[in-house]
Amino acid sequence: MNDHTGPVNEKRGADMTTARKDAETPVDAGPPVTESTSSTAAEAAEPSEKAARRRPTGRLEAMALPLTWLAVIVVFSILETDTFFTSANAASILASQAVLVVVTLGLIVPLIAGDFDLSIGSVVGMSALVIAILNVQHGWNIWAAVVVALLAGIVVGLINGMLTVLLGIDSLIVTLGMSTLLAGVALWISGANTITGVDQTLVDVVISYRLFGIPMEFYYAIIFALVLWYVFAFTPLGQRLLVVGRNREVARLSGMRVSTLRIGALVTSAFVAALGGVLIAGTSGSAGPTTGLDLLLPAFAAAFLGSTTIKPGRFNPWGTVIAVYFLVTGITGLQLLGLQSFVQNIFYGGALILAVSFSQIIRRRRMKQGF
Amino acid sequence: MTNSTPLVRIRGLTKIFGGQRALDGVDLTIMPGEVHGLLGENGSGKSTLIKVLSGFHTPDGGTLEVAGRDVPLPLLPGQHRSLGFDFVHQDLGLVPSLSVTENLMLGEIASSRKVAYSWRAARERAAAMFARYDVDIDPDATVERIRPVDRAMLAIVRAVESIRAGAAAEGEAGANMLVLDEPTVFLPKQEVGQLFSLVRRITSDGSSVLFVSHDLDEVREITDRVTVLRDGRTSGTAVTKEISGRELVTMIIGRELAEHPHDAHAATTVGRDVVLSVRNLSHGPLQDVSFDLHEGEVLGFAGLVGSGYEEVVYSLFGASPGATGTISSGERTIDIASLTPRRAMSLGMALVPGDRKNSGSVATLSLGENMNLTVLDRYFRGWRLRHGTMRDNVRQLVTEFDVRPAVPDLEYGSFSGGNQQKALMAKWQQTNPKVLLLHEPTQGVDVGARQQIFDMIRGSTATSATICASSEYEQLETICDRVGIFVRGRLVTFVTGADITKARIADLCHGQASAPVPAP
Repeated sequence: MNDHTGPVNEKRGADMTTARKDAETPVDAGPPVTESTSSTAAEAAEPSEKAARRRPTGRLEAMALPLTWLAVIVVFSILETDTFFTSANAASILASQAVLVVVTLGLIVPLIAGDFDLSIGSVVGMSALVIAILNVQHGWNIWAAVVVALLAGIVVGLINGMLTVLLGIDSLIVTLGMSTLLAGVALWISGANTITGVDQTLVDVVISYRLFGIPMEFYYAIIFALVLWYVFAFTPLGQRLLVVGRNREVARLSGMRVSTLRIGALVTSAFVAALGGVLIAGTSGSAGPTTGLDLLLPAFAAAFLGSTTIKPGRFNPWGTVIAVYFLVTGITGLQLLGLQSFVQNIFYGGALILAVSFSQIIRRRRMKQGF
Repeated sequence: MTNSTPLVRIRGLTKIFGGQRALDGVDLTIMPGEVHGLLGENGSGKSTLIKVLSGFHTPDGGTLEVAGRDVPLPLLPGQHRSLGFDFVHQDLGLVPSLSVTENLMLGEIASSRKVAYSWRAARERAAAMFARYDVDIDPDATVERIRPVDRAMLAIVRAVESIRAGAAAEGEAGANMLVLDEPTVFLPKQEVGQLFSLVRRITSDGSSVLFVSHDLDEVREITDRVTVLRDGRTSGTAVTKEISGRELVTMIIGRELAEHPHDAHAATTVGRDVVLSVRNLSHGPLQDVSFDLHEGEVLGFAGLVGSGYEEVVYSLFGASPGATGTISSGERTIDIASLTPRRAMSLGMALVPGDRKNSGSVATLSLGENMNLTVLDRYFRGWRLRHGTMRDNVRQLVTEFDVRPAVPDLEYGSFSGGNQQKALMAKWQQTNPKVLLLHEPTQGVDVGARQQIFDMIRGSTATSATICASSEYEQLETICDRVGIFVRGRLVTFVTGADITKARIADLCHGQASAPVPAP
């Protein structure tokens, strides 16, 4: 992967979010309207049964991305039968992006709850560095180092959450600041060096052990996707997070603990990013000052792209997984065709803009159908 | 005044919305130099009339004369400026985080072609303007920090100056009319006088003010003449000094008022158990409100805009922080300040807010998701949400509450207002509330659904007591056992039984009947 600097990523993230802010962040409830003019009464009375009977989502829309992914695989397999259409390449694609899958899945939790987390890339790096420093430089037991890294993630999430919710600062700003702050800390504690030699036990558990030829970290990512799917589809918690993200006032007036849920969501994304750091430390056996920073933009691109599929209009775990692999498949295929690494930036950046545009178009069309 | 040409003459103004006549041949004449009151109930056509004058609505008929000249309708947006009108609406249109000077010069900055803008000169002009109107506002203060009345006066000065600047640019002076749309609603009573002094200074040089208000006392204090609208028609115009408050109320609600005997307290609720005692509730405009809610009772709350009548339901639900006082239910007494919606729900309360779109529902989620919000935990069994059972629950509810179309998976926003409201009633009824709190339960709801909602409210009295805050007196007349009247933040009296009539409520809300102090 390319080495971007943190701020570049973050700026892109911020640009993209303005589009989403209009549509997604809860609108402040104004004072209750007391004067009902006859115009609104007449408009409201108009029966919209015909519009209402229309199917809210097209099945094709929901399956568009998986089908496109399939098409991309078929095209590259025909073009590059020898290099692309191999089990080794498939295994490589599936495993190499497991960290991105995990981090993106973590990111959709605050996104669903209506908050941004731009600090995930830095938290991945911080976590990997903490493990490398404690394990390699201080000789700590690897699992003790992992626990400390995860705790550090939780602390960062708590700070993000408290500042955002209790002080009412935009999560965009808080996590942007946190991101840069952590990147600075990483540079400091690493002495700008990459620290290698992380305990082989971790490396074994993350990539050396394989199942059906695919390193374990792929399965960790899938297990995590299952967990998240369970939470969002089958628990009241998932349903509540969704409502908090759509309209905080409605959530509050329906008896939900809005502040707790929002803080919890930001703690979750930071904790999961720290888990991502564990996977990175295990994948490469090392950590450096810029580790993880290049994950931020792909994670946002995949999260938004994922929200256009499976359950269009909602961030969802399986859409996220598919989006990550769709993007990576495209990039890998193009690189095998001989295009250089710049294609990665173009692909992720372009995907993010397209994904956000699509979700906006879907939303507009629904609004028109509805009202 | 009487022998000069009218500044503005509106004749036969008509505006139809979807077959309903919001304005039906309205006449209004405003003379130079007068303060002219415009009165009427909600929905009487005041807002529509003003929106025609501002160029927002295209009328379906009628003529407009300004200073004796015919002006073709509709007006273009912004054209009112060249005609010499400007508007100050209830929300004032100020930017709270900017300074007084910046707000005052907003229009000038927007249209200025100069590269450099001298804030020092602007500040001096601001100070000069305030001195001219004898208004004491610090030009450097941030608008959110100044008193509400100063904010209102700032908006008024700005509008008047904009009219003058417009007239100067057009090369004519005198055709000045300022429209004040409910300017006093958010003002403390003791500050209203300052605003009135400013209004008088504005009219002293021949400018006119159209003063739109709910408040009879204020209209009687400040206006020279008054026009009353009722159901989109001109109910009458009178010289303010020559008409009594009582006669004005009659013009507003369109019926001669019978003298009502002062009611004995709560004939229908005597002997019933008290389910909720509210003591010394203060919040925003509300001061020391105390009352008892009885089992199975439908208690209505009414008042003018700004009287605080609608705040009670939000305060009792813990929805608007900052309220003080206590509630007791059975043995328990609870500090209102400690209430949150969650706590209120656990005490058996339910709130259907008036602002359905922003506080009641999520338009982009499905009907079922909206309705099941309050009962999610019931359907989490065996470690999973039972979606099938939830859908069955919604199906049963939409049948029972007649929500159409009865399709749980449709987006909530695609339902009509009436069906949305019925769904919200169902959402909260299934929590089996002991106290149902409603604010404007039939706002934006068609006639059929309205009746159904009334039936729901009456039907729920077997299991719950209801508080319904509403600005529609007819609705209160239909559904309430008792109606509490709020005047300027105080619960001044109750009407009960056969006394609950639209006319009686209006009469009391306008403060035109002497009210006995209620026993709590």
